[in-house]
Amino acid sequence: MSAESDSIDSADEAPLEPETLPLDAWHRARSARMVPFAGYWMPVQYEGIIAEHLWTREHAGLFDVSHMGQLYISGEGVEAALEAVLPIDLATLKPYAPRYSLLLDANGGVLDDLMVTRWETGLYLVVNGATKWDDIAHLREHLPDEVTINHLADSALIALQGPEAVTALARLTTGETALEALTFMKGSTFKLAGVDAWISRSGYTGEDGFEISIPADAAAAVCDALCAQPEVKPIGLGARDSLRLEAGLPLYGHDLSPETDPVEAGLTFAINKRRKAEGGFPGADRVLAALAAGPARRRVGLTLEGRMAAREGASVLAGDAVIGTVTSGGFSPSLNHPIAMAYVDAAHAAEGTDLTIDMRGKRLPARVVPLPFVPHRYHR
Amino acid sequence: MPTYYTKDHEWIAVDGDTGTVGITDYAQSQLGDITYVDLPSPGATIGKGDAPCVVDSVKAASDVYAPVSGTVTEVNEALGDAPELVNGEAETGGWLFRLTLSNPSELDGLMDRAAYEAYVAGL
Repeated sequence: MSAESDSIDSADEAPLEPETLPLDAWHRARSARMVPFAGYWMPVQYEGIIAEHLWTREHAGLFDVSHMGQLYISGEGVEAALEAVLPIDLATLKPYAPRYSLLLDANGGVLDDLMVTRWETGLYLVVNGATKWDDIAHLREHLPDEVTINHLADSALIALQGPEAVTALARLTTGETALEALTFMKGSTFKLAGVDAWISRSGYTGEDGFEISIPADAAAAVCDALCAQPEVKPIGLGARDSLRLEAGLPLYGHDLSPETDPVEAGLTFAINKRRKAEGGFPGADRVLAALAAGPARRRVGLTLEGRMAAREGASVLAGDAVIGTVTSGGFSPSLNHPIAMAYVDAAHAAEGTDLTIDMRGKRLPARVVPLPFVPHRYHR
Repeated sequence: MPTYYTKDHEWIAVDGDTGTVGITDYAQSQLGDITYVDLPSPGATIGKGDAPCVVDSVKAASDVYAPVSGTVTEVNEALGDAPELVNGEAETGGWLFRLTLSNPSELDGLMDRAAYEAYVAGL
């Protein structure tokens, strides 16, 4: 027996011996299965992916995402400098309200997707774990010397996701504003189990929930306090992947890469209005041309008949012609059938189009459906 | 009924010239929740090391290799509605397929239970 395609265990595996994160011992004490991911040992599952997935959709799941990069960027000219590398409009970015953005290369290809939040004197960025070192190098190269990049390597990052997350977290939180007063994509500082925490109402599951930055040396105590709440269980990377796939959210390195541009990825909302008009971001010519003309291919959702899942790399066909490629695929625990995301030629991207997926010589019937597969339940 | 094991975590229980093939409990624990099993067709001729069967878990598709050569006589139809049987009963009710051995001497290269347990302990 051997795993032939495995988006969690192998695709992101770094060639070097993985490093450990602040919660490593905490996960192992809870019998997590640890795997190398983005250069770190990370928990892929505790009791089982399906149980953890469904728990998060019904209650609250605690995720360790400390592999992600937390950066603080400040200094004279930081706003103009960041607008030169991101298609964001910082003039409309209100304090403490995270916004999704894209790090683009000169061709408009996606180097990373990230969250940008305005703090008092600078900008707080959360970037993907597997790309953070390249991102830091890219920013150092493209930002002027007056702009300082602080890698907040002494901070852990966790997420509490699910309909009962607010109940569990509010019990442990004090602050100038009530936790419940935050709406989706708003944040503030709080004391969480006595620890200074930056908390935003955001996440990667499609559920209501929070992302929480805390000092690394306090992370285990905070996670203990959270998991002492009856609503909360720890959740591994396996369920994180199946939850975000159901939510239609792209995963960098799979659904996004330097070979994909924001228009075909369906992420034009990340090119803010003023930047669509003015350009001036990396790859603007190509991206704005694709925006005007429509992309040649599109990221779509596919639902499959039967129970056999399509996996990343599988060809998508219309008749006998290959018209696309699966970039993420798996079994949906909430829907109880396989789902996938794929890039397909624009002519075959309309909702309801019947296609097939070639999995190991088998033709799996698939239909283009709107994303997300499972409706978002954000607290707006 | 003697049972033999492979380094790829398949088992084969042999009764005369018939073998029943599955994956080990260790294998299912590594795969996690199994959502689908793609079984071979009865009558198919398979060679030792071929991959006539695929086990899908939430996160991965995994080949199951034939421990020996033979002709498939029967598949575990119960897995169609209940693939999770492979998680719960990997080495009993979660068997995958049966075959008629075409070259029983191929069994000589496989491990017995004690050898397999020692092999897994060293992983």
